Formats: sequence, C-alpha cells, structure tokens
Amino acid sequence: MRNLDKILAIVWKDLLTEVRSRELVVGMLVFAMLTIVTFNFAFDLTGVERAPSGAGALWVAFIFASLLGLGRAVALERDKGSFDGLLLAPVDRGMIYLGKLLGNVIFIVAVQLVTIPVFGALYDLPVYQPMLFVVLFLGTLGIAGLGTLFSVMAASTRAREVMLPVLLFPVALPVVISTVRATTLILTDRTDALMQWVNLLAAFDVIFLTIAFLVFDRVVED
Amino acid sequence: MSPGGRFGNSPTGLALAISAGVTMIIALYMMFLYAPQDSVQGPVQRVFYLHLPMAWIAYLAFFIVFVASIAYLIKRNRRWDQVARSSAEVGLVFTTLVIITGSLWGRPIWGTFWEWDARLTTTLILWFIYLGYFMIRAYVSDQERAMRYAAVVGIIGFIDVPIIHMSVRWWRTLHPEPIVTQSGGPAMPDSMLYTMGVALLAFTLFFVYLMYQKMLLEQTKDELSDYNLAEADRQADAAEGVTA
Repeated sequence: MRNLDKILAIVWKDLLTEVRSRELVVGMLVFAMLTIVTFNFAFDLTGVERAPSGAGALWVAFIFASLLGLGRAVALERDKGSFDGLLLAPVDRGMIYLGKLLGNVIFIVAVQLVTIPVFGALYDLPVYQPMLFVVLFLGTLGIAGLGTLFSVMAASTRAREVMLPVLLFPVALPVVISTVRATTLILTDRTDALMQWVNLLAAFDVIFLTIAFLVFDRVVED
Repeated sequence: MSPGGRFGNSPTGLALAISAGVTMIIALYMMFLYAPQDSVQGPVQRVFYLHLPMAWIAYLAFFIVFVASIAYLIKRNRRWDQVARSSAEVGLVFTTLVIITGSLWGRPIWGTFWEWDARLTTTLILWFIYLGYFMIRAYVSDQERAMRYAAVVGIIGFIDVPIIHMSVRWWRTLHPEPIVTQSGGPAMPDSMLYTMGVALLAFTLFFVYLMYQKMLLEQTKDELSDYNLAEADRQADAAEGVTA
C-alpha cells in the first residue's frame, strides 16, 4: 500500500463509522447553530458594525463545535478499543495522524458548509465568496491540525473535556486571530489587506502541521 | 546522602545562595538608592529594575524547558524531564510576577492595568500555555506518559511564542489606536544601565539557585515514588505468596 492509500483507508473508516452512527456531525452542527443564534443576544448583529462581530461569532461557533467533535472522535475510538487496533496496524504513525486529521477536517467542513448559509441569512452578510471558503478551509486545517494531536493527548488524561481546550486555545491563537481577521475583511469587502492574512494563515498551518506531524509519533507510542 | 546534606548545606548550594543573596542586596540598594529618579515617571519607574529581569528569567526558563523537552524526547532520560519541570515551575512563577509588576507599572503610567499589545498578550498566552503544561502533567496518571506529553507541550509552546507575538502585532497594527505602549523614551543614563546590569545578574544567579534546589527536590520526589512503587510491588508479591 502506498502512503496515500493508507491515509485514505483511515479516512474511509472514520467516514463509514460516522455515516452509520451519526454521532459526531449532527451534534456539532446543532451546537454551531445554537452558538450563532446565542451570539445574536450577546452582540447587536443588526447594525452596520455586524460584520466584525459576526466573523467572531462564526469562528467561536466553529471552534467550539470542532472541540466537541475532536474530543468525541477520539473518545469513540478509545472506548471501543479501535485506536489500539489502529496503532497495531503496520502503518507509519505519521500516516495515522494525517488520516485522523483529514477525517476531522472533513467533519468540520461539513458542519461549516451547512452553517454558513444559515449564518449568512440570519445576519444578512455576503457569505457566498470563494475567498471565504479558502479561509474557512485554512482555518479549519490549522485548528484540526493542532486539535488532532491535542485531542489524542487529552483523551488519555483524567480530565479529557477540560484538557483539550486548555491546550488548544492558547496554542491555536495565531490561527484564530488570522482567520477572524481575514473573515472580517471578506465580509466587509476590504480585500486589499486580505491576502496578507491568508498567506499568514497558510504559513501558520504549515508550521503547526509540521510540528504536530513530527511529535505525533511520540504521543501515541504506547 | 542525608536530606540535610542534599539540600541547604551542600557547598554548591551554599555558594549559590550566598552569591545570589549578596548580588540581590546590592541590586536592591542600587535600584532604590543609587539609580536616579526618573524625571518623567518618578519613583514608579524603579519597578523597571524588577520587571525586566523577571521577564528575562521567565523567557530563559521557558527556553530551558524547550531544550530539555527535546532532549527528553530523544534520550528518554528522566534527568531531562527533571530539568524541564523545574524550569517550567520557576518560569511560571516569574511570568506571573512579570504580569503583576507590569500591570502595577502600567496603571500610573499608561492609565490602565492592561493593554492588548503584542508583548503583553504574548506573555499572557505564554502563561496559559505553561498552565496547560502543568495541568497535563497532573492529569496523566502514568508518569512516563506525563513526561512525554509535557515535553510535547513544552516544545510546541515555545515555538508558538514568536508566532503569537507576530500575529498579535499584525492584528494590532491594523487597529489604529493611541500609542501608549511605545517604550522608546530617552536613552537611560549610565547609572540606570549599571543598576539594570546588576539586577539582571542578581536575578540570573537567583534563578540558577532556584533551579539547583528545585532539581534536587524533583530528583528526591522521583526516587521516593520509585521506592513507593517498588514497595507496593513487593507487598503485592508477598500477598500473592500468602494466598497461593
């Protein structure tokens, strides 16, 4: 098997499990929607200044939904002992990381694709822009890249629900800053400074994914 | 070795304690009596002589955590983890002190305890990262695994510092605001520089002393837990012998 096949096999396993059990995406989706609705009561989202708060609300919703999904995904694997099986498979640990990462990205993007139109309609913001989807994908890649690593670590602690956000939030801050900023610029149609943020975001993704890929092996070695 | 010999009374420990203590007294004399009053900020400026060395120690400590964490993941020698956790603890204390002294200084000079500028925000986030470093240690039951996880956080946390700094700076520069945090100011007179130099030396010696004591403590803790584990094993074996 080539490496790509191995990664895809892991992704396929996760997708199949999800299609059959529907334990992750539905929960994440409902959570994301509720967060966006709740933010309406926290900020004034009807005025002219609604784009920055909206971008913030959108990303808070996505990050919390991601945390929920990442934690749940590992918990499911651990509970049924399938993660141990995965580690026993004759596959490089780095490939396991990439497979789990890709699966997580697909789940989060699925949630985003449903949430975005609802968000656009509720807050009356121009969401159908190609660049927004680029930013969503890059942001998700950064969050999931660190999140996949930290969720595996958090899962073997006594306080898994607490440990994941405690580890992820501070470290992922650069990704959060640049995605929220880029999303705000897109929603307010100020595209002059946009590429600067998108490039920065892409650079963060490369750095974080490289580190996570390198150390994942050390995290799952038992 | 007797506990007394290991801690306070060892020649190295004593020499470190005396040199750090004497330098600290000289530094305190210089910062309060020798250094001239700042013409703009008044006596408040003297907190600078504490604030900057503390920041230096905080970042030095986390750099040591970073190096020791890499060394631990490669060598798997518990000594490296002892270095990392000792340094992280001292670093967390000094980061807390940096934030506190900074806020106390900021209040009269900037008019606010907190300002979301790059340096302050980075220090605060660093504080949270190392809080996570200790939490993951506390929440993982298996010792060897706790060391590995902590090393991973120690490495990622340190690499993250310049990245956070950069992202926050960019974020702020796109937000026009009154420039209260610009430290520029006039160049310091020599007497202030000397005071700062001695203060830096005093804090660095103090850090070495703390590290030395902390390392001995961690070493003893590990030996004690080894002993307890071995003892528990022995008792379990004995109990098995009785039932069998």
